[in-house]
Order: sequence, then structure tokens, then C-alpha cells
Amino acid sequence: MEVEAATQLGKFIGAGIAATVALAGAGIAIGNIFGSYLTAAMRNPSAAQGQFANLLLGFALAEATGLFGLVVALILIFVV
Amino acid sequence: MSSPDHGAAAAAEGGFHIDPMHQFEISRIIPLEIGGIDASFTNSALWMVIVAVTATLFLTLSVGASKSRALVPSRAQLVSEMAYEFIAGIMRDIVGPSGQKFFPIIFTLFIFILLCNLFGMLPYAFTPTSHIIVTFALASVVFIGVTLVGIFKHGFKFVKLFIPSGVPVWLLPLISVIEVISYLSRPISLSVRLFANMLAGHTMLKVFAGFIVSLGFIGGGFLPFFFAVALTGLEVLVAFLQAYVFAVLSCIYLNDALHLHDH
Repeated sequence: MEVEAATQLGKFIGAGIAATVALAGAGIAIGNIFGSYLTAAMRNPSAAQGQFANLLLGFALAEATGLFGLVVALILIFVV
Repeated sequence: MSSPDHGAAAAAEGGFHIDPMHQFEISRIIPLEIGGIDASFTNSALWMVIVAVTATLFLTLSVGASKSRALVPSRAQLVSEMAYEFIAGIMRDIVGPSGQKFFPIIFTLFIFILLCNLFGMLPYAFTPTSHIIVTFALASVVFIGVTLVGIFKHGFKFVKLFIPSGVPVWLLPLISVIEVISYLSRPISLSVRLFANMLAGHTMLKVFAGFIVSLGFIGGGFLPFFFAVALTGLEVLVAFLQAYVFAVLSCIYLNDALHLHDH
């Protein structure tokens, strides 16, 4: 019974760490992308519109890496 | 996550038990079993049929009906033409003229995913794209199709995709292994991105909706209410963005297979 409880505890701690660390990384990445875009757009506003598609693409890619952490957390809780 | 005894305890206290994961449950509408394989018509299948029928009817009726096809378009025709022009523009920018014959599959994928995501925002609706098996099937179609296109077009030279030009020879064993791994992980990242976005967004909406109920609207519940309204707007944006990203990444993969890094 104690082993079971310890396993459960480990799962929850692992899931929490997975979700939080991934979230921190995704937060840094998304902030970086939009910050860089704004800096560049302020320097050359005429070229900003053309890079909007790349901005969204980069945002989605960065966000996805954060969501992989969520998937790891879900796997830890529900599957393992 | 909510264990049954926890839910029973909440119900016994007279509280209102909220399960944010309940919306993702699949239920059989028409049970059907073929050769030991469960092929039931589920609520997921129902919503996919609704999406497919809506998209087909809308796109054909708004543009296809010969009477209504006008030089100055009606509103419905304008929406269809905008969607067409949007994807055609992406394909022109990324793949170039040689990719135009693959336009139908990319357009179909985009419209299907977009409508699945947007219909999922309706109350009591089911989001088929919130299940990884659905998104993985879509991503597999893209991955296998793109690989076959590359092999048929280039034959054995398709291996060049895994050997970037301008890399020192002594680095090639390492680089090509990394390229192969990154190529094989494409369907996983493509499907997990869409699935996880839908799952996380809808769960978050339900969690905040639960806060409104448990706090009571007057007793502080108006704060999560306004947050939920803003989140709904964000989710509509994400629904569009994920469909767009899926289409763009499919185009990038297609471009890789057609042109093998050299532009």
C-alpha cells in the first residue's frame, strides 16, 4: 500500500514538474517571439506586415513545445 | 483525474461536481461491430459528418450554383472565395507553381480542421480534433502522402533530404541521423500540436466556467465570467490559428519533398 501511495505521489510530482517547466519555456519563447517582432516592426514598419505569417507560425511552434509538456503530464497521470 | 469517490463526496455535500474532462468522452450513438472491431457511430463521428456536410454544402452552394456565380459576389460567395484565395496564397508563397496540383488536399485539410475546431466552440458540441487519434490520422495522411510524393518524384535521390548541403563530411553521420529523427517526428509534432491546443483550451474554459458556478455570480463569480468571455475569444483565435498552422506546415513538408532543400 505504501509503495502504491509513493508511486501516486511520484506521478503527481512528475506531472506538475513537466507541466510547469514546459510552461516556463513556452512563456519565454512566446515572449521572445512577440518582443522580437515588435522591435523589428518598430524599426521597419513597412516590412512588418509581410512577416506576420512567420510570426504566427513561430508562435504556434513555440506554443507546441510547451504543450508537449502537458502531454507528458497527462501521460504520467492517466497512462503510466 | 477525478476519482469516483471524490465526485460522490462532493455530491453528498450537496455541492455541484464539475468534471472538465466530461466533454471529451466518446459515446456510442449507433453501436456496430464488424469482425470484432468496434466500428460504432460515435458522437465524434457525428460531428465530423456534420462538419463535412456543412463544408461541402456551403462551398458548393455559395459558389457552385450556376445562377449565383456572379462577378460581384454575394456574401456567402465572398467567404468561399476568401478561404480559397487564402490557402492558394499560402501555397503560392511556400510551394510555388509546382505545388498547385496538391491544392485540393491542403484546402480540404484546412477547411475540415477549421470547422472541427470552430464547431467545437458551440455549447454542447463535441470537438473531434481534441482526440489524438483523429489528429494523428490527419497528420499521417500528410506525412505518408508527402513521403510518397517525394519518392515518386525523385526516386533514390529523395535521401538528399536528410543530407543538408554545405555540411563538413565528418559531421554527416551525426547530421543525417538527426535529420531522419526530425523527419520521423513530424507526424507526432503535427498531431500533438493540434490535439493539445484543443484539449488544453477546452479544459481551461470548462475549469473557469466551473469557478463561476461554485463562486456564484454575485459572490465574486463575475471575475471568472469575464475571464471566460475573453478566453472564448482567445479560443476562437486558436481554433483558426491551429488550422492555419496545420496547413502551413503541410505546405512546408510538401515543399521539402518536392524541392529537396534547393530552391
